[in-house]
Amino acid sequence: MDFALSEEQKQVQELITQFIAKDYPFDVREKLVKSEDGFSKEYWKTFGEFGLLAMPFPEGDGGFNGGPVDLMVILEAFGTGLIVEPYIPNIVLAGNLLSKLGSDDQKKEILPKLFSGELQMSFAFTEPQSRFDVNDVTTSAKLEGDNYIIDGYKAVVMNGPASDKFIVSCRTSGSQLDEDGISLLIVDKDSKGLSSRDYSNVDGSKASEVTLENVSVPKSNLIGDEGKAFKTISQVIDLATLAISAEAVGIMQKMNELTLEYTKTREQFGQTLSKFQALQHRMVDTFMVHEQTKSLLLMAAAKMNDNAPDSSKAVSALKFQIGSAAKLIGEESIQLHGGMGVTEEMSIGHYFKRLTTIRTIFGNSDYHLKRYSSL
Amino acid sequence: MNLSFSPEDLKFQEEVRTFLEKNYPADVKRKMDNGIPLEREDHLKWQKVLSKKGWFAINWPEEHGGTGWSITQKHIFQNELAAFNTPNIVPFGVSMCGPVIYTFGTEEQKERFLPAIRDNDVWWCQGYSEPGSGSDLASLKTKAEKKGDKYIVNGTKTWTTMAQHADWIFCLVRTDSSGIKQEGISFLLIDMKSPGVEVKPIITIDGSHEVNMVYLDNVEVPAENLIGEEGAGWSIAKFLLAHERTGIGGIPHLKREIKRLREIADELPLNDGFLKDDDLFMDKLNKLEIDLLSAEFTELRTLAAMSAGGHPGPESSILKIGGTDLQQALSELFVEALGYYAHPFMSESDLASNEKRIGPDFAATVMPHYLNFRKVSIYGGSNEVQRNVIAKAVLGL
Repeated sequence: MDFALSEEQKQVQELITQFIAKDYPFDVREKLVKSEDGFSKEYWKTFGEFGLLAMPFPEGDGGFNGGPVDLMVILEAFGTGLIVEPYIPNIVLAGNLLSKLGSDDQKKEILPKLFSGELQMSFAFTEPQSRFDVNDVTTSAKLEGDNYIIDGYKAVVMNGPASDKFIVSCRTSGSQLDEDGISLLIVDKDSKGLSSRDYSNVDGSKASEVTLENVSVPKSNLIGDEGKAFKTISQVIDLATLAISAEAVGIMQKMNELTLEYTKTREQFGQTLSKFQALQHRMVDTFMVHEQTKSLLLMAAAKMNDNAPDSSKAVSALKFQIGSAAKLIGEESIQLHGGMGVTEEMSIGHYFKRLTTIRTIFGNSDYHLKRYSSL
Repeated sequence: MNLSFSPEDLKFQEEVRTFLEKNYPADVKRKMDNGIPLEREDHLKWQKVLSKKGWFAINWPEEHGGTGWSITQKHIFQNELAAFNTPNIVPFGVSMCGPVIYTFGTEEQKERFLPAIRDNDVWWCQGYSEPGSGSDLASLKTKAEKKGDKYIVNGTKTWTTMAQHADWIFCLVRTDSSGIKQEGISFLLIDMKSPGVEVKPIITIDGSHEVNMVYLDNVEVPAENLIGEEGAGWSIAKFLLAHERTGIGGIPHLKREIKRLREIADELPLNDGFLKDDDLFMDKLNKLEIDLLSAEFTELRTLAAMSAGGHPGPESSILKIGGTDLQQALSELFVEALGYYAHPFMSESDLASNEKRIGPDFAATVMPHYLNFRKVSIYGGSNEVQRNVIAKAVLGL
């Protein structure tokens, strides 16, 4: 049993921590969020140069053979700096779908550009009614000659505004909730019949509503076998759930640090807030919850690394815990900051907003509790 | 013990309903129902409807224009206002400054200030908190120095809600720094048009402009604007905070919002059914409703005790904690109802424009509301301070 990170993993952690300290202070992050793109394409390419974008892929795909633990290291470090660059939609979702199911031609065409940071992608899998069930797909694709014709609607597609290409989950057979009959198609954003409404989310990320009307894509854009994508989608969503949980754990660590620091400087009733026992106990609770959540994160990452048969169950245990821990640490941090906590000016509120959206993304606590019980 | 309404009460309820159906301005209603932020004029337009009818300063003594309603009537009235989704009454004049003036003011001050508050001709805001004085309000530093028949006021107030709309501000100021900090505080009314008053917005995490910094730089205030004696400010503040805490729970609005969330759960598509099919979600909604019942009947007990005599005491802290916990829990449940559609952000100007909403119609204000409502356990005396009040003044610890 060994929970220590490898030397390489420690180096990656250190690299990101230094990048945040030097190039990604809170005011820079705020400027990026408010910019047209909503993130820095330049920094994105820097991440490519660092090798972060190719990290969690097999060497055969041009990657560095990294696994779920490496992914965890990257995202946890990203969380501490509230990095808004779209790592999860590009790398964890689109990259992994292609890496796991794509043809050699598809990989050759797309992965190098994805890893260098030239190409932006996302996975369009949520629909207004689907909530967290990736098997709930009504967007349809019908083969007509050599082309698939796609009709449907995808909701709150992460990184939609910047994306050059989408991977769209489509129903090619079966009914709305069937696991069989779901297929993945690569769709260029500028395809005829595709329209997107782009917007910002409360956490500073960007997303789109994507309407597909009679969109025609060549048969060669199918990733993997027709109708058989569900299993891989589930695996990739599990991986993304681990990744976003790691981000959350990084955010929680930072929020606890910021709150502790604030209570040591803010004085009321002639002493710093940190001297009040009622508040000390609450900070002990948030400290403990972060540690406990981190334990589940390590457990889930290790199980996924080993392809353990119960790794999906471990991921649901983790995300369930993320939901309740994020609520406690997020809300307590704001409360202990008092009025300052609700101002746009202080970073704590921005960490809170991202932590709050993570509670929902890839399934909230209720969803993962049910999934845990069913697995 | 009797919980039912008398025939007279039911008649009164009918009268209120009829009045609201006829007189609630349609344009204000449209904004409220669609989550469009209200302008100053919208608030005033609505409040004028009530003040013209004599239904604005409902809790005031009748001699100053109050209604003389029973506790039951007030309860009915508040519930109807909430059921019609009317804007919250801006409390600073009618619920805060007014009671202070009719309780502590001179006859002259009553004549000068009360009619304008009752008739909605003056917008008030509250100058309490300072950057260094939040929960520890008595440590406030804004200084008022008496020079002849004037006070010269210097300092900074913060979290001043809707100061950008206000004509007047009631302030706690320090007139004496020598003794115990509570004893040197005075209650002063300041015209916002006075030279030296400057308002700067504070933008909150929901992206809205509701609160402000108010800078007071050598502001000259006539000595006749002092309420009570010099040094009486702390007693007045305590009186006022107790008043603030009773209405702060927002029970009638919570009742309407729970009802609305039920309607949403009936209609919001989830897989091949609706949100109401999600047992875990519905359990939470039902638990909240039970919590609400306990908060509602705690408030009614407090109000009944008040009607038997006197002002609300430290027990009102229970209402503040209970009500604000519920407000936050319900705002969170709305977020859960929406799933991913809680995340798209629409600015206040997006909301005001006719741009189509993203996701379900009600979605746009849900997350901002959750974020904004972090404030309710902080303002009006943080819930930590409220617990101290209960520990000290109720439990005698």
